[in-house]
Amino acid sequence: MSQARSSSGATGRPLSPHLQIYRPLINMVMSILHRITGVALYFGTALLAWWLTAAAIGPEYFNFVSGIFGSVPGKIVLFGFTWALLHHMMGGIRHFIWDTCRGLDIENVKLLSMLTGIVSVVAAILIWAAVHLAG
Amino acid sequence: MNMRTPLKNVRSLGSAKEGADHFWMQRVTAVANLFLGLYLVWLIATLAGTEYATVKATLASPLNAILLILLIVSAAIHMRLGMQVVIEDYVHGEGAKIVCLLTNNFFAILVAASSIWAILKLSFGG
Repeated sequence: MSQARSSSGATGRPLSPHLQIYRPLINMVMSILHRITGVALYFGTALLAWWLTAAAIGPEYFNFVSGIFGSVPGKIVLFGFTWALLHHMMGGIRHFIWDTCRGLDIENVKLLSMLTGIVSVVAAILIWAAVHLAG
Repeated sequence: MNMRTPLKNVRSLGSAKEGADHFWMQRVTAVANLFLGLYLVWLIATLAGTEYATVKATLASPLNAILLILLIVSAAIHMRLGMQVVIEDYVHGEGAKIVCLLTNNFFAILVAASSIWAILKLSFGG
């Protein structure tokens, strides 16, 4: 056993390494992304609340807020929000399938995790392309 | 050996008192969010690039207003529960944890209250 004293925590005793050791498996990555997208969406709802209150306050303020959302950095944030929403949604469906005790074997776990990752990216791109093309 | 009292069997509560409730509410709001969330994406996609008058009229229409209010309530509950789990996982100092949990609740309520106010104002405010 190696002297893994890279972190010691509150008690000062050695901890076994985890992030330094584990290869990022697809189900692991999708799981932590589910949490990360959840936290991102949590703060992102403030953006929705901002947009709605701007609409309620009046046209001048709404156009100001709309301008911010329509700017390049604004659109990048919104695209990120769209992807985060879809990824968290796909992850949620994955969890629902597992809740019914289905798909818990390793092959299906890998399949569901890969679908989560791929479908969310593809759907986000498709949605934005559709809105952009529709004008 | 079963250490549970008969009362606990009847109440179906675990040690956290609300764990099963938390789990179920998360699932219920997740299902609601699935449908309402897709609706929101569609709504915003149709409103993208339109002018203020169109946005106001669309948000004020009864169907959209009702669905949006339902979405906001469901999403606020879901995000509050989700963030609670994250906080409990990572924040261990008792004082810091209580502050974070309170902030979590207040943030969710603030987002919900301001969004619902906005929708009501658009619907009834003229």
